[in-house]
Amino acid sequence: MPEHLLSISELNAWYGESHILHGVGMTVARGELVTLLGRNGAGKTTILKSIMGLVGRRSGSVQLEGRETVGLPTHRIARLGIGYCPEERGIFSSLSVEENLLLPPAMKAGGMSLEEIYEMFPNLLERRNSVGTRLSGGEQQMLAMARILRTGADLLLLDEVTEGLAPVIVQALGRLIARLKERGYTIVLVEQNFRFAAELADRHYIIEHGHVADTVTLDEVGARAETFSRYLGV
Amino acid sequence: MEITLQAVLAQVMLGLNNGVFYALLSLGLAVIFGLLNIVNFAHGALYMLGAFVALLGYSYLGPLIGMPDFQMNYWAALVVVPLVVGGLGILLERTLLRRLYKVDHLYGLLLTFGVALIIQGFFTNYFNVSGTPYDAKPEILNGVVNLGFMVFPKYRLWAIVVSLAVCFGTWFVIERTKLGAYLRAGTENPDLVRAFGINVPLMVTLTYGYGVALAAFAGVVAAPIYSVSPVMGAEMIIVVFAVVVIGGMGSIMGAIVSGLLLGMVEGLTKVVYPPASGTVIFLIMVLVLLVKPAGLFGREN
Repeated sequence: MPEHLLSISELNAWYGESHILHGVGMTVARGELVTLLGRNGAGKTTILKSIMGLVGRRSGSVQLEGRETVGLPTHRIARLGIGYCPEERGIFSSLSVEENLLLPPAMKAGGMSLEEIYEMFPNLLERRNSVGTRLSGGEQQMLAMARILRTGADLLLLDEVTEGLAPVIVQALGRLIARLKERGYTIVLVEQNFRFAAELADRHYIIEHGHVADTVTLDEVGARAETFSRYLGV
Repeated sequence: MEITLQAVLAQVMLGLNNGVFYALLSLGLAVIFGLLNIVNFAHGALYMLGAFVALLGYSYLGPLIGMPDFQMNYWAALVVVPLVVGGLGILLERTLLRRLYKVDHLYGLLLTFGVALIIQGFFTNYFNVSGTPYDAKPEILNGVVNLGFMVFPKYRLWAIVVSLAVCFGTWFVIERTKLGAYLRAGTENPDLVRAFGINVPLMVTLTYGYGVALAAFAGVVAAPIYSVSPVMGAEMIIVVFAVVVIGGMGSIMGAIVSGLLLGMVEGLTKVVYPPASGTVIFLIMVLVLLVKPAGLFGREN
């Protein structure tokens, strides 16, 4: 039985009056990479936001290393060691590339140094004094991921990182995520791009109508093609 | 009428003197609006409160605490008053404003308008509307300085210098430091900044406190120049709102620069056509709104 870094049970979430998540349950072991797959509006992004406490209201249980986080304010949850990369990338237009990179405060030991990050993302070094939002879409995505690697967070929540990017950039992101997994990061990846996700993940959670509809492990992927086509149309 | 260069420069200097107060106040409004999305209508009343707390500390506090000889001097007031009034601002944010962040901005404006009327009403009840002099001006700032083109009161020169220092110091912190980066990021996307582990609600409280402290600071600096009156803020706030609209809502440099420029424009108008000096800023506001609705330094969304 692996140690669960993240374990979620009976998670419900609401935006105002809309009930979005209906009893989500899932676990992520340390060092594991799991994806949340599903159609638009299935609730994948809301699961990540609920982990961070960024929804209107939530109930149920979200435990990080056994510590209950439902009821904690967002900034306290983040400081338990979560790096969040939002769907819209969230690059700040009033900050330079380097200011964007240095914004999230270090929360734990073991984060990457600025030098290591620039070595991993040479483009960002070159453009470190540009306004953050002047970067290309791919560079902005790299920046959004790079800035959470400095903090020492060991759980990364990555939301639709490949969305709207050219295939060559998507491949580069795939290599990057594989490298991060090798370094021991635990990753929850929300994806629409099944082929991208299939090469990277240990397990897939299929999300539909705000709950987990199915789980597929790496060795089942080939055998369960009909599951994916039924839920995702791929 | 003949217009001499000397008269122009003299009015520009006096205008600059008014301009630094516009700048200090519109800077506070801009900082507050940026992070809280609230148009702080109480700003003028808090400026007035700053002047009054300085006056009370000087003339009334001693007898009240049984030390009739005690007077809070000007230098102490410059530090203590912004802290006291800023603290009051923090209380106001924690107890009242905080409840309104999730509803339309208009409610914040209405609430702060109510607070302004309460503060103003309280002081009108006890003090003369025509003003009470604040005599704590330190000896060293008495007298005049010869600037070459004119003789200028030393205190007014001090008011310009110290206010400019505070304005540009604030600009520097916001635009060039890590703390300022949190503030700028929080203005853009507070949720994401929270998700990075930063206590945004605390940052909001302290920012409101700082904006209010700036207004109180302006009040103390203004007290020896204008007489301290319960309506001094109400007169000021209308002009300052025009300054903020001209500069661009939420723009830090815009607030400072347009505050200074408009003070000087007002001064110049006194030379050219004095009757228009009270209206010229509003005329410029109308023109700016027509041509560049987001303000001279604002970004169009």
